[in-house]
Amino acid sequence: MKAEAIRSILATDCGSTTTKAILIEKQGDEYRLVVRGEAPTTVEAPFEDVTRGVLNAAKEVEELRGRQILDGDKIITPQQGEKGVDIYISTSSAGGGLQMVVTGIVKAMSAESAERAALGAGAIVMDVLASNDGRLPHEKIQRIRHLRPDMILLSGGTDSGNIKGVVEMSELLKAANPKPRLGINYKLPVIYAGNQKANKEIQENLGNETDLSIVPNLRPVLERENLGPARDKIHDLFMEHVMAQAPGYKELMAMCDAPIMPTPGAVGEIMQVIAKKENITVLGVDIGGATTDVFSVFKDPDLGEPVFNRTVSANLGMSYSISNVLASAGLPNILRWVPFEIDEVDLRNRIGNKMIRPTTIPQSLDELKIEQAIAREALRLSFIQHKEFAVGLKGVQKERTISDAFDQSASGETLVNMMDLDILVGSGGVLSHAPRRHQSARMMIDAFLPEGITQIAVDSIFMMPQLGVLASVHEKAAAEVFNKDCLLRLGTCIAPVGSIKPGKEYMRLRCTLPDGKSIDKAYTLGDMELIEAPYEAIPAEIIPARGVDVGGGPGQSIKTDIYGGLVGIIVDARGRRPFVLPENPAERVAALQKWSKAAKEFEDR
Amino acid sequence: MAHAYTPGLKVIPRILVHKTRRLPLKGTVTVEKGDQVDAEKVVATTDLPGNVVPVNLANILNIDASEIMDILIKKPGDSIREGDLIAETHGIFGLFKTKALSPASGTLEAVSGITGQAIIREAPIPVSVQAYIDGKVSGIIPDEGVEISTAASFIQGIFGIGGERRGTIKVLTRDTKTPISEDMIDESCKGKVLVGGAFLSYKAFLKAQKAGATGIVVGGFNYRDIKKIVGYDIGVAITGQEDINTTLIITEGFGDIHMAQQTFDLLRSHEGRMASINGATQIRAGVIRPEIIIPIDDQDAIQEHKAELFGMEPGTVVRVIRAPYFGMLGEVTELPHELQRLESGSLARVAKVKLQEGGKEVLLPRANLEMIETK
Repeated sequence: MKAEAIRSILATDCGSTTTKAILIEKQGDEYRLVVRGEAPTTVEAPFEDVTRGVLNAAKEVEELRGRQILDGDKIITPQQGEKGVDIYISTSSAGGGLQMVVTGIVKAMSAESAERAALGAGAIVMDVLASNDGRLPHEKIQRIRHLRPDMILLSGGTDSGNIKGVVEMSELLKAANPKPRLGINYKLPVIYAGNQKANKEIQENLGNETDLSIVPNLRPVLERENLGPARDKIHDLFMEHVMAQAPGYKELMAMCDAPIMPTPGAVGEIMQVIAKKENITVLGVDIGGATTDVFSVFKDPDLGEPVFNRTVSANLGMSYSISNVLASAGLPNILRWVPFEIDEVDLRNRIGNKMIRPTTIPQSLDELKIEQAIAREALRLSFIQHKEFAVGLKGVQKERTISDAFDQSASGETLVNMMDLDILVGSGGVLSHAPRRHQSARMMIDAFLPEGITQIAVDSIFMMPQLGVLASVHEKAAAEVFNKDCLLRLGTCIAPVGSIKPGKEYMRLRCTLPDGKSIDKAYTLGDMELIEAPYEAIPAEIIPARGVDVGGGPGQSIKTDIYGGLVGIIVDARGRRPFVLPENPAERVAALQKWSKAAKEFEDR
Repeated sequence: MAHAYTPGLKVIPRILVHKTRRLPLKGTVTVEKGDQVDAEKVVATTDLPGNVVPVNLANILNIDASEIMDILIKKPGDSIREGDLIAETHGIFGLFKTKALSPASGTLEAVSGITGQAIIREAPIPVSVQAYIDGKVSGIIPDEGVEISTAASFIQGIFGIGGERRGTIKVLTRDTKTPISEDMIDESCKGKVLVGGAFLSYKAFLKAQKAGATGIVVGGFNYRDIKKIVGYDIGVAITGQEDINTTLIITEGFGDIHMAQQTFDLLRSHEGRMASINGATQIRAGVIRPEIIIPIDDQDAIQEHKAELFGMEPGTVVRVIRAPYFGMLGEVTELPHELQRLESGSLARVAKVKLQEGGKEVLLPRANLEMIETK
C-alpha cells in the first residue's frame, strides 16, 4: 500500500511488563493519535503467548474508538470501510533481552569498540574479554563456559596487523566450546569482526563448532571504527535466534506489516529525529521494566558534528530488575529520596515483591513515592553508565587521530556536557504515567542534574517506540503524531553550577511572563521554585553570583528565551558540583518535603 | 467487555504433570518409553567435555610460534599426563635443551602454529539426569532426554531458591497465619519438606537447614534474608542454581503474609507423602515458577489438564498482590469499564472486590489482583 493511501495505523509495543497499542488515523491532511490501549504483556503463564497481550490491548483500542479492528484473533488489514486498519506494526522487548559476550585484543581499543557495537545493537553485554584484561587464559575459558550468552562478538586487530592475538582468542573460544542460553539443538552464533587477514584461521577454529558469521572489521585501522556491519549482523541474529524464543513471537511476526523492531532501536530512531529537526542537543531516557536505555545527541568538539550514542543498562528497571536497582544503588541511596521514615526491612520487602509481581502498580501515595525514589536511582545509575560509554561515536563510523586512540575514556567524558544540553526527554512507564507531570520533571531533574538552562519533556503516553518503527514505514505520519500528540513540553529547569556560602544570593532571575507578571527574584543555595508559565518564549535575564555559572561562564549573566510548559519554569538552586542532600534523616526528609511542595509534586493530594 | 488477564499461580489437586528431563548436551537415554520410574532413577547420561588447560609452549620455550610444530614430543590427540614432556627445543649441540611439561592430565587437544598455544583437555565430566518425579516415561527425546508423566497435585510458588529436592511433607503450623518458629524444628525434620503458614525467620531457616530438611514451603520470607542465605543480592528473579541443601519456596511474597488457604489445605492433605520440589524461578520471558509436585495414587482417573485462557469476571476469586490488602482473598463483584483515580493519583482500570476477611468491598487496580487457578 502506498504511504499516501494509508488511512489508519495500529502500532503496538510489547514491553516486558505492558503491551501498549496506539491507533493513528488520517484526519483531513494530517495524521493524529486517536486512542491508545494497553494490557499486561502475556509472556507469563497461563497464556505464554505475546499475541494475547497484543490482542487485548487492541481490544481496548477497539472499545475506546468504538469501531471494529479485530475479527476474532485477527487484526483486520487493510481497512475495509469502518472496519480494521490499513497497517499494523510493532516493536518488542519481551524476549528478555539479548545477552552477549564481546572479545577484543586490547581492552581499551578493539574490545571497547566491540562493546560499543554490541550496545549500539541493543545488547546486554555480559562480559568483555580482552587479551590484556588481566585474566589468565583458563579463567577466560571458564568464564565463557559459565556465561552461556545468546551470541559472541569476536574482534581484534587492525586489517594490516598481526593475527596472533585474535587467533589466540578464537582458540580459547573453541576450547570453551560455548553453548547458547536457549536450546541445545543449535550452535552458538559467533560474529567475527576483526582483522580480516585472520578470516581463514578463525573459520578453521570456529567454523564447525559455532554458527560463525564473518563481517568487516569493526576497527579496520586504529583511528577508525566501522561498527555498522557488526551491529547489523547482531540485529539479524537477534531477530532470528533470540526474539523468536519469546512465546508467540513467530505469530506476532506474521501479523505485522513491517519487521518488528527492538524497542530500544525504535526509541533511538525517534530521538535522532528530534535532534536533527531542531538542531539541538538531546538527552533521552526510556526506563522500562527490565532495562533502562539512555540516548544522547551531543556535539563532538573535535568533529564539530552531532554524535548519537545509546547505552542499554541491563538489569536497571522498574519491575523485573527493580531489586537490582536496590542492589546496585544501595539502600541509603534509595532512602535519600523517600520523603518519609520507613523501616528498612519493609522497604526491601516491597521492592522484592515488585520484582516477583512485576505488573502491579502503586495504589497508595506512599507506594508511589517509593517507586519514584527507586526510579531516580535507576535513572541516575543508567546515566552514569551512559556517560562512561558515550565516547565520541559518530553513528557507524568515527575518525580519531592516533593520539586520541590511546585516550578513549577521557574523550568519552567530554561528549556528555550537561551545560550544553538543550532538552531532556523522558519516556517509559514511571515517567510517562506519573500521576502528575511535576513528578516526572522532578524525577528527571534529580536523576540527571541538568546544568544551566535545560528544557524538560516527556513522551506523553509512552508511544516513542511505536513512532520509531512508524518512522521506518511512514515518516510523515510519525513526524506529525510526534509533534502534535507525543512530546509534552513540561518546561525549563534553571540550575546554577558552583558553590557559595549558605544564605548568600546564588542567582537572580528577571523576566516578564506572558500574563504580564514581572519577576525579579533572588535565590539562595538550597532553594527550589516553580514558576507556572506556558510553553512560549519568555525573554529572561539570569544573573549568577560570582563564580557561579548558568551557561554563560562563571559569574556571567545571560539573556535568553526560556520556555514554560505543562509544569512551568523550575528554578533549581540546590547546587551542582556538588549536589548534596542533607545526611541527617530528619533534615533530609524536611528538605525533600520542602522541594516537593515548591515543585507542586503532590499539590492535588 | 475486555477480559482482565492476570497471571495466576497454579494450585491444582489433580493434574497430569509432564516433566521434560533434558541433558545439557547430547548423550544417552537410559530408559524406554512406558517404563515406570522412581524420582531418583537416572534417565539419561552424558559426558561434559573436560576442563581445558591452555599452555603457551612458544612462551615457555622462548621460541617463535611457527617453530613449535617441529619440536613437539606429543602430538594433538595424544593422551597426556601431568608432568609429561610436550615439547623440547633442540638446544645447542644437543645440550641446553628447554622443556615444556604438561600442567595437567588428559588429552593434548590442539597446538597452534600461529600462537604457540597448546590446549590440554582434562577427562570428561560425567553428568546424569534423574527422573525427578515418580511416574511413567511418556516420551523419549532421542539422545537428549525423556518426558516423565504422573498424576499429581501441583502447586506453584511465587519465588524460590535452591534446586530440585525430594522429601515427605511435614506440616509445622496449625493454620495459614502462624509463622514457622525455631521451636517447631527438630531432628524429625530431616529429609522432610516442611510446610508452614505466614512467615519463616532466617534463624528458623538455618535451624531447618541444620536439621537436614530438604525443603521449606512458606507464605512469606524477608527479602533481606535471601542475601544472607545465598551470599549475594538476587537483583533479578532468576534462581535455582543456588548452592544450598534446603530449597526454599515462598508461596505469597516477601514479608509476613499468610499462605493462601487452598495452598495450605492441599499441602496438609498430603502430609506424610513424598513430594518433588524445585525452587527454580525465572520471572522473565519463558517464566518459570517454583513448584511442588506430589504424585497421587489414582493415576488413571486424571484427565489431561488444559490451561483455560479465561479472564477475570464477576465471581472470580482473586488474591490481592500489592499493598494495601496485600495477601487478602476476595471475589470480584464488578469490573467498571471507566478508568478510576487511585489514592496515588494514577488512573487505572479497577475491579470491585469483596474481601473474604471482613466482607468489605474495595476498589483495587486490576493489575494488583491475581487469579488462583484451582481446577
